[in-house]
Amino acid sequence: MSIIEVKNISKKYIIGNQKTQYNSLRDDLVLAIKKPINWVKGARNQKEEFWALKDINFSVEKGEVLGIIGANGAGKSTLLKILSRITPPTEGTIKMKGRVGSLLEVGTGFHPELTGRENIYLNGAILGMKRKEIAKKFNEIVNFAGIEKFLDTPVKHYSSGMHVRLAFSVAAHLEPDVLIVDEVLAVGDAEFQKKCLGKMEEITKKDGRTILFVSHNMVAIKKICSRVILFKNGEIQKIGNSTEVIDNYLGLEKALVGLRELSSYRRDAKLSQEIIFNEIKIINERGLNILEIEYGEKFGVEIIYTVNVEIKDALVGIIIKNNDLLPIFTTTDFDSTFATIKEEKRLHGKYMERVFFSGISFKPGNYIIDVVSTVHMDRVVDFCENAIAFNIKDENLSNLMKDRVGVISPVLNWENKKYE
Amino acid sequence: MEIIIKPKKSFSIDFKELWYFREIFYSLALRDIKVRYKQTVIGILWAILQPFLMMVVFSVFFGKLAGISSGDVPYPIFAFAGLIFWNYFSSSLSSASNSLVSNQAIIQKIYFPRLIVPISSTAVYLLDFVLSLIIFAGLLIYYKFTPSFIGVLIILPALLISFLASNGLGLFLASVNVKYRDVRYALPFFIQMLLFVTPVIYPSNVLGKYQWLWYLNPMSGVIEAIRGGFLGGIINWQLFGASLLVSIGLFIIGVIYFNKTEKYFADVI
Repeated sequence: MSIIEVKNISKKYIIGNQKTQYNSLRDDLVLAIKKPINWVKGARNQKEEFWALKDINFSVEKGEVLGIIGANGAGKSTLLKILSRITPPTEGTIKMKGRVGSLLEVGTGFHPELTGRENIYLNGAILGMKRKEIAKKFNEIVNFAGIEKFLDTPVKHYSSGMHVRLAFSVAAHLEPDVLIVDEVLAVGDAEFQKKCLGKMEEITKKDGRTILFVSHNMVAIKKICSRVILFKNGEIQKIGNSTEVIDNYLGLEKALVGLRELSSYRRDAKLSQEIIFNEIKIINERGLNILEIEYGEKFGVEIIYTVNVEIKDALVGIIIKNNDLLPIFTTTDFDSTFATIKEEKRLHGKYMERVFFSGISFKPGNYIIDVVSTVHMDRVVDFCENAIAFNIKDENLSNLMKDRVGVISPVLNWENKKYE
Repeated sequence: MEIIIKPKKSFSIDFKELWYFREIFYSLALRDIKVRYKQTVIGILWAILQPFLMMVVFSVFFGKLAGISSGDVPYPIFAFAGLIFWNYFSSSLSSASNSLVSNQAIIQKIYFPRLIVPISSTAVYLLDFVLSLIIFAGLLIYYKFTPSFIGVLIILPALLISFLASNGLGLFLASVNVKYRDVRYALPFFIQMLLFVTPVIYPSNVLGKYQWLWYLNPMSGVIEAIRGGFLGGIINWQLFGASLLVSIGLFIIGVIYFNKTEKYFADVI
């Protein structure tokens, strides 16, 4: 039996063409006098309807950790607001069993003048905990946040890190049946983020609690979510297994092919496109297109592009990112050929460029490449994000090497001498 | 517990839900009380000093210089009897009206019945009210007045009327304030104007043959009843009853308007 059932949920916002953020009473009054008929009808300004969510349907099982991803403005936050009852839907119904707790930005309701202790009780109550419940978990909350020494200091004297830690700690000790988490992991230092992820895993595994987790952090989503919903323009674009949906979101399904036709890539309209990329492929030492690369094997990238209009000072480059979308490095054709010739013009025509990654020790796994052309590193001529991906296999690698910490895994020479 | 979320249309108050969220009410009220006099030197003494100083100023300017007659009763205690309830009313009205805007971070992020916000924001003034009563007792002893039994009993219904009237108006203005911030700027003038149409500074007989006008202002019944009960004189029960009815009416209107508009608070605020 599912714990959340979302049926035909839609949410409409009215966006008026108002100049100011707030309606002023005067504006409405002036309209009421000038155009009383329109005013009575409610058509006060030429208002535009905007559907933030359109006909959303899904259900969540008890104990499931559901990830929600999508670009900004895709409707993720609106959905969470409806689920946490902050704003009602325009159409549709949701049935939920049990208490819902939301972590829509932690620290809500903290008062700067109150001490840490007082804020734990205040914030706990606002989040829906009973006083007895808070008292029982008080020590746990304080320990998790690591603020024992500052318990009786007003939180306005806290560092921002302490503030966030305390806020997350209170919220994490809430015991709702459904926990809604939005982007909390964007805050705090790396160590604390790790602690938070651990806490969330613990919550689901130990207590079988249901979590809805919204984040742009794909690593975190992959790590703790079994199922993911991808939102696009207020609609569900894809729902399913997390790796599958995330790969779809990152465009990896199309990209992990060894060769990609880029003429039909959907580009940003703002690009000037004097240079336009036609094709990108992963090649081996002999220039042949390959799909998978053995660890240590020499390989490279071949880019074919067209110069439509003669252009000066434009470079062509690639950004290599790992599977977590963390950029590893950037390389451009100014690095070698054009670096010495400042006034070089690219003349009309079709070109091919190749670069081999020699001396770089990629760890096994997926890598994604953005291909970009810019003038003076500021005006972007053409840009294909997540244009292609490649996979480094680990068959040549000892187990000792596979599990190493770090983004790259170089094999280096160590000197070893008897010292004394 | 099963929760059903659907488009909100008609007027409805879920009393069970209000009771379920009662701890938020206590916590918000407690927060306001704790924060009230933080970083002040004399702290809670302000709650006593403020009405006392107002009484002194009123006595000097209105009692002595302007020569407003307070009958047989010394002007300071006459004014103070009015000020106790007037201060409770005006402070509650002002804080309820601004409460949604000043708690907007919570409103945008967390769900609980919104009615809790304005009403809990007025709780702190009950404390001030009790402290003022203590000074009032001191003044009664100083000026040698013996309150009637009815006078003491009438404090509670008088407080109830002040609560209903200030919260009713406050709920209405708080909802309007969410959409139109004009309220915040107009409110101080509005309250000042209300002071002039309430018999705080002057006795109610100034209206002469237009006495019926007092029936529209619920605070006039409250103040007149307290003066009657404590400072010798008769209590105008008819006026007091009318004040009760008007305040109940204001409260109902406030709650209905609030309930009808609360669905868009989080989107508009």
